[in-house]
Amino acid sequence: MSSTQAPEHTDPAEDHGNHPTPRKYVHIAIVLAVLTALEVSTYFFDFGVIAIPLLIVLMIVKFLYVAGWFMHLKFDSRTYSRLMYTGLFFALGLYILVVVITLFDSAWTP
Amino acid sequence: MASSTVETKGFKGRPKGESGLSAWITTTDHKKIGIMYFVTVLVFFFLGGAESGVIRAQLAQAEMDLVTAEIYNQVFTMHGITMVFLVVMPLSAAFFNYLVPLMIGARDVAFPRLNAFSYWVYLFGGIFLYSSFFLGGAPSGGWTGYAPLASDAVSNMAFYAVGLNILGVSSLAAAVNFIVTILNMRAPGMTFMRMPVFVWMSLVTNFLLLFALPPIAVALFMLNADTVVGAQFFEPASGGDPILWQHLFWLFGHPEVYIMILPAMGIVSEILPTGSRKPLFGYAAVVFAGAAIGFIGFGVWAHHMFTSAIGPVARSAFALTTMFIAVPTGIKIFNWVFTMWGGKLRFHTPMLFSIGFVSMFTIGGLSGVTHAIVPHNAQQHDTYYVVAHFHYVLFGGALFGLIAGIYYWFPKVTGKLMDEKLGKVHFWTWLLGFNLTFGPMHMSGLLGQPRRTAVLPGELGGTVELYNLLSTLGVVVLIGSALVFLFNLIRSIKAGQAAGDDPWDARTLEWITPSPTPSHNFDAIPTVTHRDEFWHRKYAEDDAGKVVRVPAGASEDHDTDHEGEHIHMPDPSYWPLVQTLGVFPLGYGLVYLNFWLIGIGVLWMVIGLYGWIIEPLAEGDDDEPEDAHTPTGAAAAAH
Amino acid sequence: MGVDHRKLGMWAFLGSEFLFFGGFVTAYLLYLESTAGGVGVEVFDIPFTSISSFVLLMSSLTMVLAHHAHTRGDLRRMRLWILATAGQGMVFLGGQVYEFNVFYREGLVLTDSPFASAFYVLTGFHGVHVFIGILMLLSIFVFSLIGKIKPNQHLKTEMIGLYWHFVDIIWVVIFTVVYLIPEIAVL
Repeated sequence: MSSTQAPEHTDPAEDHGNHPTPRKYVHIAIVLAVLTALEVSTYFFDFGVIAIPLLIVLMIVKFLYVAGWFMHLKFDSRTYSRLMYTGLFFALGLYILVVVITLFDSAWTP
Repeated sequence: MASSTVETKGFKGRPKGESGLSAWITTTDHKKIGIMYFVTVLVFFFLGGAESGVIRAQLAQAEMDLVTAEIYNQVFTMHGITMVFLVVMPLSAAFFNYLVPLMIGARDVAFPRLNAFSYWVYLFGGIFLYSSFFLGGAPSGGWTGYAPLASDAVSNMAFYAVGLNILGVSSLAAAVNFIVTILNMRAPGMTFMRMPVFVWMSLVTNFLLLFALPPIAVALFMLNADTVVGAQFFEPASGGDPILWQHLFWLFGHPEVYIMILPAMGIVSEILPTGSRKPLFGYAAVVFAGAAIGFIGFGVWAHHMFTSAIGPVARSAFALTTMFIAVPTGIKIFNWVFTMWGGKLRFHTPMLFSIGFVSMFTIGGLSGVTHAIVPHNAQQHDTYYVVAHFHYVLFGGALFGLIAGIYYWFPKVTGKLMDEKLGKVHFWTWLLGFNLTFGPMHMSGLLGQPRRTAVLPGELGGTVELYNLLSTLGVVVLIGSALVFLFNLIRSIKAGQAAGDDPWDARTLEWITPSPTPSHNFDAIPTVTHRDEFWHRKYAEDDAGKVVRVPAGASEDHDTDHEGEHIHMPDPSYWPLVQTLGVFPLGYGLVYLNFWLIGIGVLWMVIGLYGWIIEPLAEGDDDEPEDAHTPTGAAAAAH
Repeated sequence: MGVDHRKLGMWAFLGSEFLFFGGFVTAYLLYLESTAGGVGVEVFDIPFTSISSFVLLMSSLTMVLAHHAHTRGDLRRMRLWILATAGQGMVFLGGQVYEFNVFYREGLVLTDSPFASAFYVLTGFHGVHVFIGILMLLSIFVFSLIGKIKPNQHLKTEMIGLYWHFVDIIWVVIFTVVYLIPEIAVL
């Protein structure tokens, strides 16, 4: 029970031996920082029609990086991914439908 | 650095009582919590029933003024809220609590203290809602809380917004708990396709709760901000959109319909095979139909809004999805009928209520299909036809199924049988009273009687008045029937006939253990090799394919070499109760916008949470106890 | 299923949280131009919000490093990173309070328009989530000091990390959908 010195404990069920190193984490953080800088630059420079699609793509990429690496979804049980993506699927699907219904309606009935 | 002594002398010892009041209020035992849910539901059921009595008394004749319109509005709103959120949902939760761990061969749920937390939040949320009667009037804007009426001070909807959010926290915590329990704690060999159908339906229901509660939490927070702070979410004058409320409400409200009906479907799918002495017809079809209902159930919400501004394309699309969802429901009904077909039927009370469920639910389902037809819907909208429809599915459906479950599992909980003769009296009067109350509403609704009006307009004519009188008579029958049930329940608890361990010749795991269930559920966790495991342990096929009884003791569940095995059950705890008391200051603070009260409530709950975390662990045999931990509780409390 | 109860429960909860924030984002998008003649998206100070968003994003790095240190049993380093994460969270929260104050003074008042209501309630709820996260971070910091969290209990850090990363992910979405895109689309 008592542990004065930290043992090199690794949970075998948890660790598949391919957990990234701090170095890898820092690399990802740098990528995220660059992507964020790119996002912010759309405010300062005029990207024209590609601005909004670009922002959405960047958002998705950042999302996947954080979820996949920092939240370990890439290495963990697939059940976790399924739970998250089910929630995401319902959120996107249902709320996009709500927005579409509302916009269509206001377009068609004066 | 870390030392072990801290752990053993924690913040406060854990309660030890085995019986008496303190054993109940500190319990983390899923069975006791299930019983507490049940008893609380009974109280709210009679409150909600009394409210329906007021409604029917007022509508017994045209142009009555028994109660004022103000009181009437409060009563019908509270009737709806009570029956949906304080009766049917928690009664299902009572069954989840008692049965799910037993049916999957586990000793408790995944997070026992979180389970107690769910119960206390439910109880206090109910008390909080009912306290509004003494604090300037109950909510009166209808259980659907349509804006902008709901955001007007006249309808007192602040209690509704806060109260339902409190109840939502309870359901969300329970949903997480049961999803983890079912996914993660099944006995060895209990694969998904060997799970009892009730467990399947519980899983689907809890997923529905998990994904349907956030939209209404959002809507309620917005309503709360509108009524209390003066936000403009649903205020048309400044550009707010009341239709947004309808979308958010029904994004929850329609899955909610299946949240209420699926557990009853699960119960009936357990009782019908037992009462017919046949396996469930088309197990896989029933399971997949249930999952399909859960999935499609998210895609039909706008059929509640056919007369709102959603545009013709959306109306057509949702009409189609609505008709589509009748398909899996129909599959289930056929499966239940074919389960009974050719079976050796025994018409005991649970079976009668199950058959009542199938037939009444079918009627309600058929009138539901008529709502899917848009022009038809426009005629029926906000008439008593709709009231008739949803009472056929919720009362004739969900409640019949749940009552069947009460009769069926009463011997499991108490070790005694409920009185059959009184049970049959209950069933037949219940069926009669139910049809007498809600059958005529189809007609009066089609003749134009509007919902939610405090006075029955005399101009609708004598026929509608007659139908209303019949409905009121029906409620009188129902009240008598309910009293028979209550009497039967109390008498059977006190002096019921001993039931034995397996009174129905049942099929599922919960009947393997003695009745009433011992606190550790199973002496040894069973290993599952079949669907309907218990049946297969009792019966086998001989060479000619005939079913014969296996001699007692031949099956493998009689191993007694578990002596000396240390069964570790979750400890009781004060903290779920102590912590959840904080919902009162928090709730009243949100209703009256008093930052002191809100602060006290939040602080109380946070301190309670720390008590919960710091609580000493059982015997120290477990470095990381199988218990709820900070984040889930904390984050759930934030909602 | 052989996975840890608590982690599975956490993921289920996070799955449901997407629908929670999604609802508020939906309301916000529908009300983008429902300003009732008052202040609209032009009030946003993108450079300022960019910096606080960046701070929150980098807090995810320190969080994951805290977890990494804990898996190696290095409680001292874990505490350091935890503190860094909580600090960045507080910077973000401070930025939000400052931002709300500025917006309020510039005329974006919660009770004035659906747009203002939607903006404040959405970002406010995110702020509440960050606040809870900070509370959990500080708790685990103290608990590890008094020995309540042991070197082998890295799952607890991981759970808090999951929550924290989730809050960060939500802000990634909010920053784009609430701040950047409307600046381009509406103005």
